[in-house]
Amino acid sequence: MTAEIIVVTSGKGGVGKTTTSASLATGLAMAGKKTAVIDFDVGLRNLDLIMGCERRVVYDFVNVVHGEATLKQSLIKDKRYDNLYVLAASQTRDKDALTMEGVEKVLDGLSEEGFEYVVCDSPAGIEKGAHLAMYFADHAVVVVNPEVSSVRDSDRILGLLASKTRRAEKGEPPITQHLLLTRYNPARVAIGEMLSVKDVEEILGIEVVGVIPESENVLTASNNGIPVIVDANSQAGQAYSDTVARILGEERPLRFVDVPKKGFLQRVFGG
Amino acid sequence: MGILDFLKRKPEATASVARERLRIIVAQERSTRGAPDYLPMMRNELLEVIKKYVHVDLDAININFERDSGHEILELSVTLPEGKQAAKGENKDEARTG
Repeated sequence: MTAEIIVVTSGKGGVGKTTTSASLATGLAMAGKKTAVIDFDVGLRNLDLIMGCERRVVYDFVNVVHGEATLKQSLIKDKRYDNLYVLAASQTRDKDALTMEGVEKVLDGLSEEGFEYVVCDSPAGIEKGAHLAMYFADHAVVVVNPEVSSVRDSDRILGLLASKTRRAEKGEPPITQHLLLTRYNPARVAIGEMLSVKDVEEILGIEVVGVIPESENVLTASNNGIPVIVDANSQAGQAYSDTVARILGEERPLRFVDVPKKGFLQRVFGG
Repeated sequence: MGILDFLKRKPEATASVARERLRIIVAQERSTRGAPDYLPMMRNELLEVIKKYVHVDLDAININFERDSGHEILELSVTLPEGKQAAKGENKDEARTG
């Protein structure tokens, strides 16, 4: 059996790739899928912190690629979900630590181990790390903020996904592209201060697979090392759950994209 | 502007500006996507040549690159300024490569 490979990418940094990778992988595991999430950001390891396993990293991605450790030794089992594993990035400064063959070997190894999904957390930019993260993907989640530089960069990334990947080079069916809008603030959209879901969809010519509202719970979750999707009471967590369900083929309406109607007390006392 | 005005000041409704700017730049970048890397430099050198004869700026030169099955079309269009020497309007020039 071959694992489905999902790359989480964006071009621009700081838009929520790692937050998304962590929640997406956790959500897939919650749905019963055996899932691995890999940090491709060599030199700037961070997924381990967001997943809350930073003190359990012994071997990393580059160790496996170089044959210094086995895949089994390097996979960190999640504390909450039995079918979820993390492969940390190396902290080496050597940019060429990852190779195409090495990455392919690790992904094949994960398929052999019975993984159903592999989530690849891409580094920012369009250089080697980002290229390797997207090259073998079957699906792409392009994370975008409702902001000019992020939208422009994601268009660039959509172009690369359609041309610089294995599926494109081999003439196979193209990568399934999903657009995920994060840091969305419906109140600011309503008064014309922020690009709307429709604006971003029209500019990029692709529909969103989810909209994650700007939420303080995202910072709380990363402070605690618990992916925000685990927080079922938060809007961001619920929006990520919806997104995972849609990626798995379920149809769910978008939530948290409109300004909530104020209740009587709120109208009287403000807030 | 008083202190109260300053405190009350709200950001303007600029989403529509962002939308229009993005529409234009995304369309422009898509039209040259996958084109050879030498295009921007070629554009600048062409501009230098044209400048010897007429006064135009960089915005006057449009480069379009299209890939059809088997061949590539490089389309250059230069908008010449209205004037005594220069012909008014567009002067289209098509070159085929590949």
